[in-house]
Amino acid sequence: MDTVTVNGNVIAWKEGMTVRNVLDEMKYSFRLLIIKVNGGIVKRENWDDFSVPKNADIKVIHLMSGG
Amino acid sequence: MGVSDLKSKHVPLKEMSYEPKELFRGYTDRVLHINLDNNSVNIKNVSPQMKEKFIGGKGYGLRLLWDATKPETKWNDNENEIVISPGPICGITQYAGAGKSLVVSISPITDIVIDSNVGGYFGPFLKFSGFDALELQGKAKNDVIIVIDGVKNTVTIEEAPAEEIDSHILAEQLTEMYSDSPEPRDMKNISVISAGHAADHTMIGMLNFSWYDIKRKKCRLKQAGRGGIGTVFRDKKIKAVVVKAAGVTQDPNHVADMEPIRERGARFAREMKELDPHQCRMKQEGTAHLVNIMNDYNLLPTHNFKFGSHKDADALHSRVWNKKFTQGMNDGCWIGCTMNCAKAVDDFVLKSGPYKGQAVIVDGPEYETAAGVGSNMGIFDADTVIELNFYCDTYGIDTISFGTMTAFAMECFENGLITKEHTGGMDLSFGNIESALELIHQMARGEGFGKIVGLGVRGMKKYFHEHFDADMNFMNDIGMENKGLEYSQYVSKESLAQQGGYAMTNKGPQHDEAWLIFMDMVNNHIPTFENKAEALHYFPMFRTWFGLMGLCKLPWNDVEPENNAETDEPAKVPEHVDNYVTIYNAVTGSNIDKAEMIRQSERVYNFQRTFNIRRGYGLRKHDAQPYRAAGPVTVEEYKSMEEFYDRKMKEDIGVDPAGKSVGEKIAITRKYREDRYEQLLDAVYLRRGWTSNGVPKIEHMKDLGMDLPEVIEVLSKHQ
Ligand code: SF4
Repeated sequence: MDTVTVNGNVIAWKEGMTVRNVLDEMKYSFRLLIIKVNGGIVKRENWDDFSVPKNADIKVIHLMSGG
Repeated sequence: MGVSDLKSKHVPLKEMSYEPKELFRGYTDRVLHINLDNNSVNIKNVSPQMKEKFIGGKGYGLRLLWDATKPETKWNDNENEIVISPGPICGITQYAGAGKSLVVSISPITDIVIDSNVGGYFGPFLKFSGFDALELQGKAKNDVIIVIDGVKNTVTIEEAPAEEIDSHILAEQLTEMYSDSPEPRDMKNISVISAGHAADHTMIGMLNFSWYDIKRKKCRLKQAGRGGIGTVFRDKKIKAVVVKAAGVTQDPNHVADMEPIRERGARFAREMKELDPHQCRMKQEGTAHLVNIMNDYNLLPTHNFKFGSHKDADALHSRVWNKKFTQGMNDGCWIGCTMNCAKAVDDFVLKSGPYKGQAVIVDGPEYETAAGVGSNMGIFDADTVIELNFYCDTYGIDTISFGTMTAFAMECFENGLITKEHTGGMDLSFGNIESALELIHQMARGEGFGKIVGLGVRGMKKYFHEHFDADMNFMNDIGMENKGLEYSQYVSKESLAQQGGYAMTNKGPQHDEAWLIFMDMVNNHIPTFENKAEALHYFPMFRTWFGLMGLCKLPWNDVEPENNAETDEPAKVPEHVDNYVTIYNAVTGSNIDKAEMIRQSERVYNFQRTFNIRRGYGLRKHDAQPYRAAGPVTVEEYKSMEEFYDRKMKEDIGVDPAGKSVGEKIAITRKYREDRYEQLLDAVYLRRGWTSNGVPKIEHMKDLGMDLPEVIEVLSKHQ
């Protein structure tokens, strides 16, 4: 099975998988996020279209808010 | 009764005229001290040393409270004070979130110092009236109202027998009474501090600080919620404190240099306009936007923090609040706050209690309230949350404590530790809306089981054990309090750093010192004890700084500059930190940098720890947490995430869960997690310059320039 790693968690990779698909899969609904795929920042406006390659190391950095 | 009739019943006890004093670079350098034992009113000068070491806000509050009390002073002793202090930046209108006051007192539920920050116009108006802080000491014989008139420059104390106690009425009555006219332009110059009926009968009384909303033509309320300061207020028989200002000019603080403040304020306003709609939507939903997000991340407390999510949580989703809140209003709790997150529900028709059938304005709910009086009590009904929010506010009690306390009582009920025999026939199962409403009305009337719940979690544990023979060990595990204060509304089980962020706080488990869950649990950014200790050093110190200044924390990181992701340390939001350093220097004429900012906080933070030690607390054993904050207490809890906990046991502890009973697995998990927490304490104490018993080292205090003789006297006994 092909995979990607998201914040250290290994999940299945699918053909055409976008950053948005990764967020949905991980249930990452928080909005103050910084996303890096293999070290490069993916801007918010590209989340819907940016395809993640298999074996990618994806960091979804959640900033703080609230309180 | 009209306000002139109400006023005709006032009995003047004291009137004092004072010399006006304009602010200079954010300070008047004066403190107003009122003692109700003998109705004395005095003005004290702030010493240069106090200004240098304690800065303002919470720092001033702690300094004054230390001097006013003895180590053994109890919350209801006459010498206990309520100190209200806004801080040097408070009152500017060119940058968001600059209207906060910090309130400190000896708390009835923790027996140590409590501090609570609050919006509304009182803090700025106090400064404009000529004072950097207000000390309220002593006790009146009958209910009094204190009026600080910054126009006539008088302070009066009046017996006031006829006004209502509950805040939503009292704030309106007094705003009208002391306004020059009923016109909004005059009404907006009044701010009122008040509590409510339940503050008379519970340990979790809070204070409402009002401001007049000129669009709605109504008083709005913001709360100094935590730790029972409203209970102290009512014990002093203070019905209200009123301040009247001449109005708000462009530069009442007489700052050193206005231009940088304007420039940063405009930049921030642009961020709000352009980015907030795609980021947190603070302007539309306030902090309530977090409810469904917390549910998604298993962080939303449900059923007394047993679980972190619930299938019915959509009933409290941000979409619901978006519709309930009146949109398109400028909901800032101080002038110039472009974040505008103080949302309100208008024309809400109450279904219960003394105001049943009336249409009222409800300030909130904020996230903490929605989680506290909603999901944590198993109540997934937005209208009930709004109703409980309203009654907590007008009755003068803290929504966070009310939620955590009631949830605790509910779990005790469901486990048979208490029964209908004890609750006066009430079914206290999770989700019972009728009982939750009845409890709050009982608190206001000072009767029934509501009065027992009003003792707080720690008080209930003792009471249930002594009177109902309830199992103390179990209650210690599930009772979500530390230092006597009820937990605020985040599930910390899977974030060790947040467990420290809660239980290592000076005042008790409120998230305003550190909120590290995402950084720790989701991003996995601070994996080692040293990393966590660094975060538990930096963030509590950084966030303390808002409380020294009279600033709101929300504009720091609830919207973030577009390029924040590309900065070295995005979690710190460097551009906003730079805004704060710039604004502080521009207001006060100083020249600090971001390192000195942390040192300013460290001095006050360590002083507060020392204050606790002086009172017989503040040591390692007081930083212990209930196990519910760290892991699954019950079989039901473990089983709800069995696969997850089993995997963790294998990966983290190195024990194979196969063939083990749930009871055995709970015990193994617990031992591991409790040990990790102890290791965290060691690492954090080391980083903070404390001994392994959690006491600030004298050499560290010297290094900070905080080796005051009275501080060293306390600390030297514990080195
Ligand atoms: S951000 Fe919200 S709570 Fe803070 S000052 Fe502005 S309106 Fe008040």
